[in-house]
Amino acid sequence: METITKSTEKLTNKKSVRISGAEAVVKCLLEEGVDLIYGYPGGAIMPVYDEFYKYEKELHHVLTRHEQGAVHAAQGYARVTDKVGVAIATSGPGATNLITGIADAQIDSTPLVCITGQVGSHLLGSDAFQETDIISISTPVTKWNYQITKAAEIPEIMAKAFYIAKSGRPGPVLIDITKDAQFGELDFTYESCNEVRSYNPVPEMDPTSIAAAAEIINAAKKPFIVWGQGLTLGKAEKEFKDFIEKAGIPSASTLLGLSALPSDHELHVGMVGMHGNYAPNVLTNSCDVLIAVGMRFDDRVTGNLETYAKQAKIIHFEIDPAEVDKNVKTDVAVLGNVKDTLSAILPLIEKKRHKEWMQQFHDLYDIEFKEVIDGQINVDVDGLTMAETIVALNKATKGDAVIVSDVGQHQMIASRFSKFNHGKSKITSGGLGTMGFALPAAIGAKMGAPEREVVAIIGDGGFQMNIQELGTILQTKVPVKIVVLNNQFLGMVRQWQELFFEGRYASTMMTNPDFVKIAEGYSIKARRVSERKELTEAIEEMIASKESYFLEVAVEMEENVFPMIPTGSSVSDIRLK
Amino acid sequence: MKTEKYTISIYSENNLGLLNRIATIFLKRHINIESLTVSGSEIENVSRFIIVVDISEERMKKIIGQIEKQVEVIKAYYHTNDECIFLQSALFKIKSSLLFEERQIQNIIKQSNAQIVTVSPEFFVIEKSGRREEIDALYEELLSFGIMQFVRSGRISVTKEEMKISELLRKQLN
Repeated sequence: METITKSTEKLTNKKSVRISGAEAVVKCLLEEGVDLIYGYPGGAIMPVYDEFYKYEKELHHVLTRHEQGAVHAAQGYARVTDKVGVAIATSGPGATNLITGIADAQIDSTPLVCITGQVGSHLLGSDAFQETDIISISTPVTKWNYQITKAAEIPEIMAKAFYIAKSGRPGPVLIDITKDAQFGELDFTYESCNEVRSYNPVPEMDPTSIAAAAEIINAAKKPFIVWGQGLTLGKAEKEFKDFIEKAGIPSASTLLGLSALPSDHELHVGMVGMHGNYAPNVLTNSCDVLIAVGMRFDDRVTGNLETYAKQAKIIHFEIDPAEVDKNVKTDVAVLGNVKDTLSAILPLIEKKRHKEWMQQFHDLYDIEFKEVIDGQINVDVDGLTMAETIVALNKATKGDAVIVSDVGQHQMIASRFSKFNHGKSKITSGGLGTMGFALPAAIGAKMGAPEREVVAIIGDGGFQMNIQELGTILQTKVPVKIVVLNNQFLGMVRQWQELFFEGRYASTMMTNPDFVKIAEGYSIKARRVSERKELTEAIEEMIASKESYFLEVAVEMEENVFPMIPTGSSVSDIRLK
Repeated sequence: MKTEKYTISIYSENNLGLLNRIATIFLKRHINIESLTVSGSEIENVSRFIIVVDISEERMKKIIGQIEKQVEVIKAYYHTNDECIFLQSALFKIKSSLLFEERQIQNIIKQSNAQIVTVSPEFFVIEKSGRREEIDALYEELLSFGIMQFVRSGRISVTKEEMKISELLRKQLN
């Protein structure tokens, strides 16, 4: 640390105060503008919790029911705000329980600072009670991590943690603090960090690549855009809208990019990927220029790379140089923050319309509607579908809600059918595919955006993976709405078993408890619907509720999600059934 | 895909844990590290990693991207053997009696440009620096006489071209 200390040290006239390391942790959080954190106490972090007690007016700590709940709540919070999510846990199991959420934040670029207690530094390496080497464990899944063993290190490391978490391509940072560092004293002054000499968060924008990209875009006959979460993270929604409207380019979202452009925008042609829409997947292999904006060509987006957009010139707007050419070879990489690069390219872009090309998207949508969508939303047989539930929800929320979905079939349906009028409205676990994400993430999202309606859409499997967080709702009274689409199966795995494993349903059938009783046990208003005639009214009742509300929708047991690009297939071989 | 031996040079902060972070990048992708050396560099308080791998250039470029992405890495480069001057060191511990009984050993030492580091009544130690093949050849020659201990270091390497790292650091600091 020595070297970095020297390089970033600045002379300061601020008066220092002598306080404990634990108090310094709280003061650092307050200096960084943190007023809400999620966590779970335990032996090695107790000195910090003792300070939470003293500072409870300034810093609100939410006690979750499991450390995984804390980290997912911090993720949900971070993704609806522009802030860094903060989770705190004790050493050993407390720390390891954070890991799934940290890995999730790493792959989905969510800014987090996770603080873990650690055994006293004299005990490190002795296999002391609740000692784990959380630095080694978390190394592959953090943007940065650091173990503090001296109280005096706390202000500088905490400042650095927040800076690294939120700058450039965001990500999770873990700070492990030994118990003696929490008890130790230091002369506290705080300087926020805005530079680390070895770290270059935003690559310099290169005017030549911008000019080259503009030239290709202007010459394109059938240009196509795929945007990702980079737009949201880079706060570039407006610049993006200006860009596509001027260039007249049909644009599709990745799973995490959803809601960065309003669903009803005329150039919004749906979602790409394994269960995305038919038109954008098929036409990926017909466009002449593919413009990727703030996305990373995940395998769920590209299908077989050997047959992905081979006919097209590829332009990649990206903040992380390591993503360029990682999966798809680009013709022009436009490095930098998308907000800056999109602003810079706008004046070079010719105003255009691609009417015939756009029509191809409409025509393919009509096929998808006829073959897939119509049968899912206009149902006349018994048994509710997931899709009609989401459509009913859209009507009740008018597209203004934050939709937090878990992982599986319901996630794909929620992503395909939800309507969004505003940015930061679709929160889900994309890259890691973490079941159990949605309930705690929705709690965090509602606390981060209390003025907005937040609806968690969860399957019966994922709901039971962090069901204990109903206790957090009970204690905090956070008015989050929960819809469980219950098909009594681990639906996505069951679908694959049906399609690729000849219907051998190994361990995917669920014997479920009475969810309504469970929710009621936590004093949450709860209702179960299984009839079509009740659905709309039940959803309206849920949305009208000022308190948290649990709605279980009994849906068809063996419904499949289509369209689908089977693993290893080309995007243009997407199946409609 | 055609693979080649590449020498990776990483300039980094001297921080605990970075070695782990760098090693993880290779481990995750099942890339065998043939040799790894960490030392100081020409710049005060900046460490230098020299890592040797045998992979395709396409893969090499991606790995450099992943390495440079690490917060505490200042800059990473990769070079082919032709582009750098490199060597390894090895120590051979041999029974002293052989030095007198087997006259040939003295010739071998002389011919291979190895140095005798120390001689004691029981053993003597030969040091040989050079290319991997030269060390291997000496090893083969000495093997028949009996080697008490043998150890070889990782590759150390400097590039023929200028690295301009000091300039880069100055730029990043301003």
